[in-house]
Amino acid sequence: MKTRRVLLFAVPLGVAAAAGGGFWVMLQRMRSGSFNPRGVPSVLDNKRVPGFNLPGLIGPGFSGPDLYDRHRPVLINFWASWCPPCREEHPVLMALKQDGVPIWGIAYKDAKKASLAYLDTYGNPFERVAADAGGRVAIDWGLTGVPETFLVDGDGYVRWHMVGPLTHAMIPTVKSLMELYAG
Amino acid sequence: MIPETGHFALALAVALAFAQAVLPLWGAWRRDARLMQAAPALALGQFLALAVSYAALVWVNVGDDFSVLNVAENSHTLKPLLYKISGSWGNHEGSILLWCLVLAGCGGAVALFGGRLPASLRARVIGVLGATAAGFELFALLESNPFLRIWPPPMDGRDMNPLLQDPGLAIHPPMLYAGYVGFAIPFAFAVAALLEGRVDAAWGRWVRPWTLAAWICLTLGIALGSWWAYYELGWGGFWFWDPVENASLLPWLTGTALLHSAVVVEKRESLKAWTVLLAIGTFSFSLSGTFLVRSGILNSVHSFANDPARGVFILGLLALVIGTSLVLFAVRGAALASTGIFAPISREGGLVLNNILLCSIAAVVVSGTLFPLFADLLFGEKFSVGAPFFNATVLPLAVPVFAAMSVGPMLSWKRARLAPALAKLWWAALGALAAGLIAALHTTALPVLVFAAAAWLVLGAATDIVERIRLFRLPIADSLARLAALKPAVFGAALAHAGLGVSIAGIAGAALAEDAIVLARVGETVQVGGYDFTLERLRDAPGPNYAARVADIRVSRNGHVVTTLSPERRSFPVQRMTTTEAKIRTDGLTDLYVVLGEERDGGAVLRLHHNPFAPWIWIGAAIMAFGGLLSLADRRLRVGAPLRQPRPAGLRTPSEGTPAE
Amino acid sequence: MRALLLALALLLPAGIAHAISDPAEMLPDKAQEARAEAVGRQLRCLVCQNESIEDSGADLARDLRAIVRQRVTAGDSDAEIIDWMVARYGDFVRLRPPFTPLTAILWATPVLALAAGFAAVALRRRPAPPAPLDAQEQARLKALLDR
Repeated sequence: MKTRRVLLFAVPLGVAAAAGGGFWVMLQRMRSGSFNPRGVPSVLDNKRVPGFNLPGLIGPGFSGPDLYDRHRPVLINFWASWCPPCREEHPVLMALKQDGVPIWGIAYKDAKKASLAYLDTYGNPFERVAADAGGRVAIDWGLTGVPETFLVDGDGYVRWHMVGPLTHAMIPTVKSLMELYAG
Repeated sequence: MIPETGHFALALAVALAFAQAVLPLWGAWRRDARLMQAAPALALGQFLALAVSYAALVWVNVGDDFSVLNVAENSHTLKPLLYKISGSWGNHEGSILLWCLVLAGCGGAVALFGGRLPASLRARVIGVLGATAAGFELFALLESNPFLRIWPPPMDGRDMNPLLQDPGLAIHPPMLYAGYVGFAIPFAFAVAALLEGRVDAAWGRWVRPWTLAAWICLTLGIALGSWWAYYELGWGGFWFWDPVENASLLPWLTGTALLHSAVVVEKRESLKAWTVLLAIGTFSFSLSGTFLVRSGILNSVHSFANDPARGVFILGLLALVIGTSLVLFAVRGAALASTGIFAPISREGGLVLNNILLCSIAAVVVSGTLFPLFADLLFGEKFSVGAPFFNATVLPLAVPVFAAMSVGPMLSWKRARLAPALAKLWWAALGALAAGLIAALHTTALPVLVFAAAAWLVLGAATDIVERIRLFRLPIADSLARLAALKPAVFGAALAHAGLGVSIAGIAGAALAEDAIVLARVGETVQVGGYDFTLERLRDAPGPNYAARVADIRVSRNGHVVTTLSPERRSFPVQRMTTTEAKIRTDGLTDLYVVLGEERDGGAVLRLHHNPFAPWIWIGAAIMAFGGLLSLADRRLRVGAPLRQPRPAGLRTPSEGTPAE
Repeated sequence: MRALLLALALLLPAGIAHAISDPAEMLPDKAQEARAEAVGRQLRCLVCQNESIEDSGADLARDLRAIVRQRVTAGDSDAEIIDWMVARYGDFVRLRPPFTPLTAILWATPVLALAAGFAAVALRRRPAPPAPLDAQEQARLKALLDR
């Protein structure tokens, strides 16, 4: 009876300690970048990309089925000329192109003229580039903002994705993933 | 010089706070009267030092000293004076300093008004407050120093977020902090009682006025915050179950429970350990709310710039404050034996039910706020928990609270019977039924229930008074004599209960609201809720640090002009932000609420709302706070005076079991 | 029970809030618009903090509002619209988390808290009632009463 009572009085301490421990781990992981309470998940991971059909910005557009049997992985990059982080990401995309990584771009809610001018000024890293002027296809992809990049394998399955701009530090990761899904 | 003076005063306050923590506690331990006597002087000294420090911060804000980083980042020469003053607490560093100031003020208040406390209890309470203050002031000094200089100073500052440049929000933080931090006093009393190993009726009597004072401030602080959201955010919403709002609601819920359980300690020497735990828990919630918001762990629309590194420091501080008190509770709490016996149906039983329900609501709010974080941390799953969840889970718990609130005060202490108590409430029940029926003509199931509950609460509170003065059962003169003899605290409690009724009627009124969003041209008239809104003209108006576009809207009803409302859109060039200034016309029963949107196609987008009962939300909160004040005014005079006040002879009735308070 | 909870949440909106800034966004049919608002209030604006798409001024929220309204006019049921959103954004988009083994603990909180409270009262260590009178005291009491 006595020990039970003492244990009962230790319950608040236990609860507070558990919560405090949890918060501590969260803070540590937030600092190391492995935990982001503001992060938005993608449900497309390991799912086939949705069906869509977009007109081309330069040359022909592309559609969902185009991605289903390419037998080679490809990066799908959503971008816009009005988006400063995309501008920041652009050199990384150019570097990836240099290294032979195929990237297909989708211009999100962007005026055609502005998109073209942007690619003219900063260079075109895309093998193919389509325009999602209304932003509806992006919603089918579960997009919450630009830039966002998806790694789609040869059968059209999303294997990896990145919310926000790619950085130079990520290039080796991206390339090794591309090789992994190429074989 | 001034910022350095402030900085130095802060450092001095830290040193004094450490002395305030160590000397009195050591003195109480060693039974050394001289050390214990040092407590009040140290507490007042610490408060004085912080007051100087805070005054320096206000001074540099008002004087536009942009060589101080904090001022450069949050102020601007053109900002109106009121917002230069309120700007001193409108950012992370300043708000922490204000927090410390209030905490030091708590120590000072106990030093000034705690003269009748036993020496060792007073020394321990002040010591615990000093220890808590020392930690937070150290945090202010080391991690968020508001007096940092920059060189070269910029020509002008970056200005404050325009949404915060608002009179309501200028006084909201000090009020809220007074509430949050005010609960440090009951907390210190709880820890001191654990150190002393004794909780008795006198302890309950000392704790209650402090709890009440904090509760009043918190009630007003929350109400001001939601009022600000109502008119400033321009959507007419007033409560969003946002984590920051939840963080303020939690101490309010447990603080309300504490207010009631302390009565049981005072009157019946029961629920002692529970009351001590509530006092610790309430302050812990106040602290954790601040931590979670400032560390960036919780997502919120209204948080300051946040920083996980800062979070580690605060978390350590919390672990120290909350951990120590809970360890003490685990070790010493079990020894706090209750002596009062009571039956489940009794005043005590009602207060226990109140505690269970309020704490269950608090548990739901905690769980809803933290669940997404822990689901993500432990299972990597992302969930959102928002208003639909809270509405669905809190309401079923709140309805029994409303139901019990009118019955509880009818029960006598120790042992009571439910039937006679309910019989006294027949006309309140009838009134609730009537209110429900009238509401049913206009709206659907749940608001009807809430309107009925509102009537039940208001009439139940009235019944309480009527029963005490035996209205219509004694000759009217006798009833009036009884009325005059009633303690203010009795009215206070009844008013607080009635105020909640008024508030929930206001909330239920949202179901009756009507609105229209229209693109109106000048001269066009739109009808909403029986009123005609005519857009008379659109014009420009300059402001001190913004440029405004104003719409003059004439409101009339049945051809009679009611008022002219001039909502604005303000653009603030420095922050590159546009805010909407909604304009509200209230008659105490209904709000007419208009917002000016974008202009295009030769017209302007207008949002016109007719919000019946909306003002009652805040009127109710004000009534609750006023009830608290009445009770406090009464209680303050009686603190330390345990003897019953003699009543006029002849008024004593056989049923002394009827509520004294 | 779920139907009841659903009803509870739909009937009392948290406020009279919404962020629509363009009358053209609203559906002409009042009943349909009300339904769209009720559904929208269940959906999180993904790029905001704890706001529903009805409360948010963000672009994405406006797009999602438009989609909700399109589907309402197309005759989709509330559940179908929410499922459509969940298919794209996961359960994260629902402001009312679905009932799953993991969220059971969340949904059970009110019941668990109440149960804990009442259990604590029931298990409360009560001060021992005064011992019953022994034979001698009984006799004295009787004597006193008889006097």
